Amino acid sequence: MEFTPIIGLEVHVQLLTKSKLFCGCANFFNPDNPNVQTCPVCLGLPGSLPVMNREALRLSQKTAMALNLNLAHFTKWDRKQYYYPDLPKAYQISQFDLPFSYDGWVEVVLPSTGEVTRVRLIRAHLEEDAGKNIHDESGRGADSKVDLNRTGTPLLEIVTEPDIRSSEQARVFLEELRLLLRYIEVSDCNMQEGSLRCDANVNLHVQENGEAIPTPIVEVKNLNSFRGVEAAVEYEIKRQSKAWQTDHKRLGEVPKETRGWDAERGLTFAQRGKEDAADYRYFPDPDLVPVITTDEQFDEIRATLCVLPATRRTRYVKELGLSVYDAGVIVDQGREFADYFDEVSTVCGDGKQTANWLTQDVQRELNERKIQIGEFAIPAAVLGSVLQRIVNGDITIKSGRDVFTELLTRTDDGKNVSVESVDSIIANKGLGKEQDTGKIDAAIQTVIDNERNAKAVEDVRSGKHQAVGPLIGQVMRDLKGADPGSVRQMIIDKLMS
Amino acid sequence: MDITGSTTGQLLKAMQSGSVSAVDVTQAYLDEISADGETIGAFLTVNSEGALAVATEVDRKRSRGEPLGRLAGLPVAVKDNICTKGLATTCASRMLENFVPPYDAHVTTQLLNADAVIIGKANLDEFAMGSSTENSALKVTRNPWDTDCTPGGSSGGSAAAVAARLAPLGVGSDTGGSIRQPASFCGVVGLKPTYGRVSRYGLIAFASSLDQIGSFATDVTGAALLLETLAGHDNRDSTSVDRPVPNYSATLEQPLTGLRVGVVSEFFGEGIDADVDTSVKAAIDVYRSLGAEVSEVSLPHTKYAVATYYLIACSEASSNLARYDGVHYGHRAEQFENMIDMYAASRAEGFGAEVKRRIMLGVFALSEGYSDQYYLKSLKVRRLIRNDFDLVFENVDVLAGPTCPTPAFRIGELVDDPLKMYLSDICTISANLAGIPGVSIPAGFSSDGLPIGMQLLAAPFEEETLLRAARMYERETDWHRKRPSLG
Repeated sequence: MEFTPIIGLEVHVQLLTKSKLFCGCANFFNPDNPNVQTCPVCLGLPGSLPVMNREALRLSQKTAMALNLNLAHFTKWDRKQYYYPDLPKAYQISQFDLPFSYDGWVEVVLPSTGEVTRVRLIRAHLEEDAGKNIHDESGRGADSKVDLNRTGTPLLEIVTEPDIRSSEQARVFLEELRLLLRYIEVSDCNMQEGSLRCDANVNLHVQENGEAIPTPIVEVKNLNSFRGVEAAVEYEIKRQSKAWQTDHKRLGEVPKETRGWDAERGLTFAQRGKEDAADYRYFPDPDLVPVITTDEQFDEIRATLCVLPATRRTRYVKELGLSVYDAGVIVDQGREFADYFDEVSTVCGDGKQTANWLTQDVQRELNERKIQIGEFAIPAAVLGSVLQRIVNGDITIKSGRDVFTELLTRTDDGKNVSVESVDSIIANKGLGKEQDTGKIDAAIQTVIDNERNAKAVEDVRSGKHQAVGPLIGQVMRDLKGADPGSVRQMIIDKLMS
Repeated sequence: MDITGSTTGQLLKAMQSGSVSAVDVTQAYLDEISADGETIGAFLTVNSEGALAVATEVDRKRSRGEPLGRLAGLPVAVKDNICTKGLATTCASRMLENFVPPYDAHVTTQLLNADAVIIGKANLDEFAMGSSTENSALKVTRNPWDTDCTPGGSSGGSAAAVAARLAPLGVGSDTGGSIRQPASFCGVVGLKPTYGRVSRYGLIAFASSLDQIGSFATDVTGAALLLETLAGHDNRDSTSVDRPVPNYSATLEQPLTGLRVGVVSEFFGEGIDADVDTSVKAAIDVYRSLGAEVSEVSLPHTKYAVATYYLIACSEASSNLARYDGVHYGHRAEQFENMIDMYAASRAEGFGAEVKRRIMLGVFALSEGYSDQYYLKSLKVRRLIRNDFDLVFENVDVLAGPTCPTPAFRIGELVDDPLKMYLSDICTISANLAGIPGVSIPAGFSSDGLPIGMQLLAAPFEEETLLRAARMYERETDWHRKRPSLG
């Protein structure tokens, strides 16, 4: 049986605004204190009215720019009507026919093949989140409860075209989306807390007698981890291919099915049919006015965008000469890490050297201290200064490591470190490379004169230049800091003259 | 002094001069309310203690020479679909019979800041849906001029309270004529401002794009004074318009020279009562006698107004009233099988027949496959109706005509004929669809002794013109001085 999986995702992202979308209540995750972040508006009390939070729309428009979506100058609000206890007005303020953005794309690289793929986006629109129903899970059938802290949280819905062809691609798309949203600081995308949620629409195009036959579309709801998305889609592909072999049902022959994902058992299960809530009776919300955004306002928003992850990866490879792997490692660590990288590499002028230090030395220290780059006590300018001296040949890599260790010792003691600290450490420990050729010459002479080195000296004189290595080491040890390349040349010059 | 027989202007003067106190005034009206018992039945809640407390505070402030608001010590009857913190706000519905808002509507705050005395919450048709106040699930309100007749609606309680001198001022809401029609039926002044002039925050929504809060008084001066307090921008209502509020009462006595009055031929069509026709035409003659230029004008899309109005109003209502589902507040059925059943039973028990009728109509009009031909088409017709007005207001300052084709009808007369009841809104609903201001002023009596109202309409935000034109007529007549003789 030959088939192609056809997958589309609907992603809901909570935005990091201070207040909710249509009222002034605080917007943060607070499950331990239910119903405290509420007011007449988000409780849907009689007579209350919504007023749009412009910051939420601004963050949404910023996101749309990062997702290559077209932005509408005119957008409006619609009511989506359905009954559920977590929806106090019995309608959700959303966007129906004129969303604020449409037609975009996200580029993702498949780790398994390295293939670069583009997932098109149909639209992104802004809406208010519902509250949360809390059911008695003890099985004793106690009353359900409703927490309306979340009600009215600005929620961005991003809908892809059914361009995704594998569970791996679905996961990578979602990971890239999260990385991007975190870079531009519009959402924390915390899947455990529900600030990033995903539904997947899955079906198959089965090849039979030279024809591609679409199977019924299944919507898998509430996928709350990246592995969950991948596993659920993979499960659905297998389940649907088996179903096709037994019932041969095509798209349109059965109603669209909604299934849930049971992460513990690793399977999807049938939920209630969609026909219960088929007609949302959308209409423009008469309590709100349409929103106009001018080109000047779009320009202001665009100016707040940072360099995006995909652009950074490309730049690191093309301009700084990093490997694709290293570029990926740095970018995927997040905006702060990449910003730190950018600053260090700008100061020292060597991207590869910076990448080595960040992915090894710095990363090791972060892991040991269990901290993020934002909490790392050595400022990028200071590390940059250390690396700059290595790159310029002022100190050796080994000396650089000594400086780094000393800097950490100081910061672990709670002291601040600066470029001046680097200077003083180098001076105090005598780590600066010896520039005085007279001293270097004297040190070389001492080494050459040492009886133990007679054989090596003879070998070099007879043209075996590889024998110079141990001699360089001894000179360097005596000098503490010198440029090994020039020491090598000086030894050879001395012995060959 | 005959407190309850006085106008707002006289009451303010008397309190300022110290000849009566705010407590005297409030007590006099409370006495009238209690003497009325249930004869008129204007109030769902009488706020005796709260009102006296505010009046006492007003007197105290006055005695200390502290600044006082423009309505200081004046009792106001507030329609019971406007939220008052700590004071039941029921919408005359079983659904909200026990609802006590935890917050004040914008206009409530404005009244309190103006040192007005909220004397009680006035009856209405359930959720403001109706033209007779008969749809109140909680109380019957009667017309002070003939207790067998309705006071009109939906702000029937506020209109009847002012007409029966149970309060000198009333606040109502007008979605399709709900201030102007009961004002006409009860022989008082009723003003519906431009959509957006008064904040709707805290007004329990019937139809959001049509609802507008306005004022009742026995005379134009009182209505203007109250509007000054109610109007103004409020950033909690996105449809509230940020424009300065003119000092309406300051210019009220200045007649408009060269006033151009348009007479809408469509408002004198089939079904108009002969007494209404005669009275309103006589009233228009008064303008002629004052030197106004009177011309006949046409609003050709008027014939579609009733259908358009009921589609839009019911569509919005079906959505606005969806929140009354028994989950978070309001009536919840005691007996139910499951969640869906709880919704259904709570709503079936909590809403009256007219509310259900309009919800069903609205749900239908918004349904997939029907919304194009009903809801969306009605929005287009609404635009045409607005265009009609924009066109005529290029040539006239105000439009004049009857507020209602008939005087007050009898209680029970139209309850079984909702369509005929809807058609009685023919002259008033266009103003809501177009968002323009309108006022009903007393303009005579029928042969049965029932009041007849004349409606004046003006272009958006031309309340000042509207009120000055109304006052020009009022000065020449004494209809507004007539009082119903009760019991």
